[in-house]
Amino acid sequence: MSSVPLVLGIETSCDETGVGIVRGHTLLGESLASSVDEHARFGGVVPEVASRAHLEAMVPTMQRALDQAGVTLADIDAIAVTAGPGLAGALLVGVAAAKGYALAAEKPIYGVNHLAAHVAVDTLEHGPLPEPAIALLVSGGHSSLLLVEDLARGVQPLGATIDDAAGEAFDKVARLLGLPFPGGPWIDKAAREGDGASITFPRGLTGPRDQAEHRFDFSFSGLKTAVARWVEARERDGERVPVNDVAASFQEAVCDVLTAKAIAACRDRGVDTLVIGGGVAANSRLRVLAEERAAKYGIAVRVPRPKLCTDNGAMVAALGSHLVAAGVAPSRLDLPADSAMPLTSVVA
Amino acid sequence: MLVLVVDTATPAITAALAEVTEEGTRVLAERVTVDGKAHGERLAPQIEAALTEAGVKPRDLAAIVAGTGPGPFTGLRVGLMTAAAMGNALGVPTYGVCSLDGLGAPLSGHALVATDARRKEVYWAVYADGVRVDGPHVDRPAEVSPGAATTAVGQGALVYADVLGLPVPPDEPIYPSAFELARLAAPRILSGEPGERLVPLYLRRPDAVEPGARKHVS
Ligand SMILES: Nc1ncnc2c1ncn2[C@@H]1O[C@H](COP(=O)(O)OP(=O)(O)O)[C@@H](O)[C@H]1O
Repeated sequence: MSSVPLVLGIETSCDETGVGIVRGHTLLGESLASSVDEHARFGGVVPEVASRAHLEAMVPTMQRALDQAGVTLADIDAIAVTAGPGLAGALLVGVAAAKGYALAAEKPIYGVNHLAAHVAVDTLEHGPLPEPAIALLVSGGHSSLLLVEDLARGVQPLGATIDDAAGEAFDKVARLLGLPFPGGPWIDKAAREGDGASITFPRGLTGPRDQAEHRFDFSFSGLKTAVARWVEARERDGERVPVNDVAASFQEAVCDVLTAKAIAACRDRGVDTLVIGGGVAANSRLRVLAEERAAKYGIAVRVPRPKLCTDNGAMVAALGSHLVAAGVAPSRLDLPADSAMPLTSVVA
Repeated sequence: MLVLVVDTATPAITAALAEVTEEGTRVLAERVTVDGKAHGERLAPQIEAALTEAGVKPRDLAAIVAGTGPGPFTGLRVGLMTAAAMGNALGVPTYGVCSLDGLGAPLSGHALVATDARRKEVYWAVYADGVRVDGPHVDRPAEVSPGAATTAVGQGALVYADVLGLPVPPDEPIYPSAFELARLAAPRILSGEPGERLVPLYLRRPDAVEPGARKHVS
């Protein structure tokens, strides 16, 4: 038996039921069940539908992950679970499952921060994370810039979106372009056929006045509105909407702001590692632009493969593994699900 | 056989350790707290405390019994998920019992059982000598049809006694009893019947509205 602990991770903060099994920085098994199709017709995640789906999917998902890793629950040394932030009811299902497994297997439980897990997942692909690092987390529910000095102890928020999350903007714009939900991958695809310089959409919070108060914050709701106005004006005039160009120009505006602020944060803090995580990190243009800009300043960009960027159980296991290795004390059995869990707490 | 019993279908968070034999069912240790908002926090420590008090290790358990509701969704899922995870981890069968039966089973004569469904509604069922003959349903108290029931039991019966118009015996429990849930599952446990997936009795569809046509911004 290896002396490096075997850690299981459970994720249920939104519409994905994920279980991952990690030893050190090695992903041994993972399984994911998604209720995304059940939400598609509502144009967004319906919390109660997600919670019901988690309850149904948990045990089979667990079994698949264990089988893939070729281990049993008795082999597991610790169980990590997303305690927050996320949808309260959905989180609660994962936390209840983790407690059941931990109780039955008599193993310690770690209630962990979902956003910190999005950072930690990179270690499964690129090994230990150099600290300090700047993390850009962009998903359907979050858009944050973080300073990571010691991932096991806490993360320092530098900025965040003041309205829509980046992924939310992708989803909303996709909807108004008649593309399916979730819209991110569809915009990405359409944009490849379009010209990102064809329409100049606004870059939120990048004006000189924003430097003081919102230097590392984001705003995407103005951008979304600008796209809607632009599309409506064409429709009103009976013109064809150039979907690919709109998608590319919108995507360019988002990626421009995200990468510019992320690089500025690295330079401001004298940090030479930028890690990008969250569903939007799967965006092809974001990856290219980040690397292009970072290269100029000798900053290394780390982006895990798309499958690890979206919500999954492996990321929770990766963070759990990091915490166990760092000797962090586990959570108590009465640990709550915290839909608004602050970034300053990595373990509940 | 040592059996873990959980029920989170009402504000009562219940965890008990029962012994089920051919001679009968006996509760060895039980933890109940009443807090409609703390199922997620309280259940697991209560299970641990009941096991510890009875001097039982999780791996000594032969089966898990869970109240499947009906009950407010979020709390209900905590009990069912915890039970299902433990059953999966231990490789022991899980058995579901309608939580209302945990109140109705010991009653003689005709009785209504009602628990609070929030939103000014009750979850209810009618029992004849402990056997459920109607329900479970969810309705506004005024729409409940108690049939031949001459008494009403449960927290919902207490809260809506005026509307239901049935006497509520003061000495009956108002939340599902772990002993009754274990006793009701005992025949299946003893005969080694295969366990079942724990399916919550939601009785209501999820609240969700399909968005209309795209909203115009200008
Ligand atoms: N290639 C892509 N380009 C842009 N956005 C994407 C892409 N792939 C996924 N997304 C977006 O990522 C979001 C999902 O992110 P994820 O991290 O899984 O979870 P969550 O939304 O739960 O925080 C969605 O809004 C989706 O549109």
